[in-house]
Amino acid sequence: MSTALHPDPAWRGRLTACAIALALLWPALVYSEFKPWILFDLQSLAAAGAFLGDFARPAHSLEFLAMVLRETWITVAIATAGLALALLGAIPATLLVSERLSISRLGTGRIRPLAALVRQVVRWVLVLLRSVPELVWALLFVRVVGLGPTAGVLAIALTYSGMLAKVYAEILESSDAHATDALLANGAGRLPALLYGALPDAAAELVSYTVYRWECAIRGSAIMGFVGAGGLGQRMDESTKMMAGGEVATMLFMFVLLVGAADVVSTLLRRRLG
Amino acid sequence: MSFKLDKLTVRHLTGGKAAALHALDLVVNQGEQLALIGPSGAGKTTLLSTLACAHQPAEGALSVFGLDPWSLSHGARHALRARLFLAPQTPPLPPRQRVVTAVLAARLPHWSLGKALRSLFAPSDPDAAFEALSRFGLGDKLYARVDRLSGGERQRCSLARLLLSTADAFLVDEPISALDPALARITLATLQQEAAARNATLVCSLHQVEMARAHFKRIVGLRDGRIVFDLPREQVSDEMIGALYANETLQPEAHPGHETPARIAVGACF
Repeated sequence: MSTALHPDPAWRGRLTACAIALALLWPALVYSEFKPWILFDLQSLAAAGAFLGDFARPAHSLEFLAMVLRETWITVAIATAGLALALLGAIPATLLVSERLSISRLGTGRIRPLAALVRQVVRWVLVLLRSVPELVWALLFVRVVGLGPTAGVLAIALTYSGMLAKVYAEILESSDAHATDALLANGAGRLPALLYGALPDAAAELVSYTVYRWECAIRGSAIMGFVGAGGLGQRMDESTKMMAGGEVATMLFMFVLLVGAADVVSTLLRRRLG
Repeated sequence: MSFKLDKLTVRHLTGGKAAALHALDLVVNQGEQLALIGPSGAGKTTLLSTLACAHQPAEGALSVFGLDPWSLSHGARHALRARLFLAPQTPPLPPRQRVVTAVLAARLPHWSLGKALRSLFAPSDPDAAFEALSRFGLGDKLYARVDRLSGGERQRCSLARLLLSTADAFLVDEPISALDPALARITLATLQQEAAARNATLVCSLHQVEMARAHFKRIVGLRDGRIVFDLPREQVSDEMIGALYANETLQPEAHPGHETPARIAVGACF
């Protein structure tokens, strides 16, 4: 490579970052015992084949299907109610955390110390909410409110409000600031500036992330079912313990349908808003 | 008196905090109309946003409508901003918003949150928006989306927002940069009529020197963050304009090496 007259001042930083990333990744692979060739071991393949063979005959008795539908409905209800509760916490937290909406920043580039402190405290609360896995929250709530869907709803609400608020704030902050800043500079309040300046362009992104989180909540409620938080997951846990591969297959198929439905809804909404 | 600047120095808020405006003295009376001219990078935009209380000056005294905005409380200063209307050079309109909503956003400072929400569902005063748009020849675009407008249409759309504001001073940054000469004349005339009709102050930065001299009685020449002249248009000579825009920096100078930004994001594209 010939030495350029106008060398890019950024390339040294990029090179260092790549080197650091590689240096961090290597021990991670070693410690996580990453050995992909085990997947192609003959013995493992035979075991997997027997397991999947059982799945090829999904259970389909009418009584069982009716039960699956009822439990699917409970799962959807857990995910939806959990997400709705999470939004109640996430939206105010987003507004508190997002620096884009700071009026004190306007003209000075600095945020008032008190406002910065409040933002930081809310940020820590969000970190706490989402760093505890929903499974642990579910175990806790099963102790408090007993076995059943309520524990799942509360666990989803807590974890997901942390995730939603963080990502909402980041979506708002990475959208174009020009419109919001102009409205704030002309004396509009924080929330109107958000509604008229940032939301039109961020809406599609926010909606698609919310629907994706709903999808995650459905999967999450399945896992929490294993600790007794109700829904399809709890039935799946029972069927797994009874070695009923066919029943598990039917229930997995329900999950595929739900996730597919979430995908369709997300696409439709994005097209509507985009 | 709308604005009074006394030895006002303004620094950039980021980077090396270099001074963008050096010890400016300027008095603008209520209802006065003046054009701000000068080469690119002279500080026209910084001056406008300083007047709009969107940029805190570093030294000197600034008075807006007789108040010192930066000694007011946050709330009072924000209320003062509602009496000023800053129209940035690039139209600040979200592409996915409808024109009617973008124009009515001028009224946000006076709306409650509930009213703002209601107006998102059903525009609260579409007739006023239509009126404002049609003064710039955009009446038929009332319910179009902003991303369907051309560059010039967007620029006029953001000026239609200005017509709906209740501000006592208009601070307009290059309002005609994307317009053809005929439209530019009409647009400038509309702005000036509106300002005169409600006795609002108009400070307008322009790159079109001839337009500035033809339409504005008072011309302020800015260069390198300093006021070079501040005169009635009759006293502005062609030589002064020539000197204002004389460009000595296009001489080939010794290559100084590229400045390395203090922090570079890994994925940043410069």
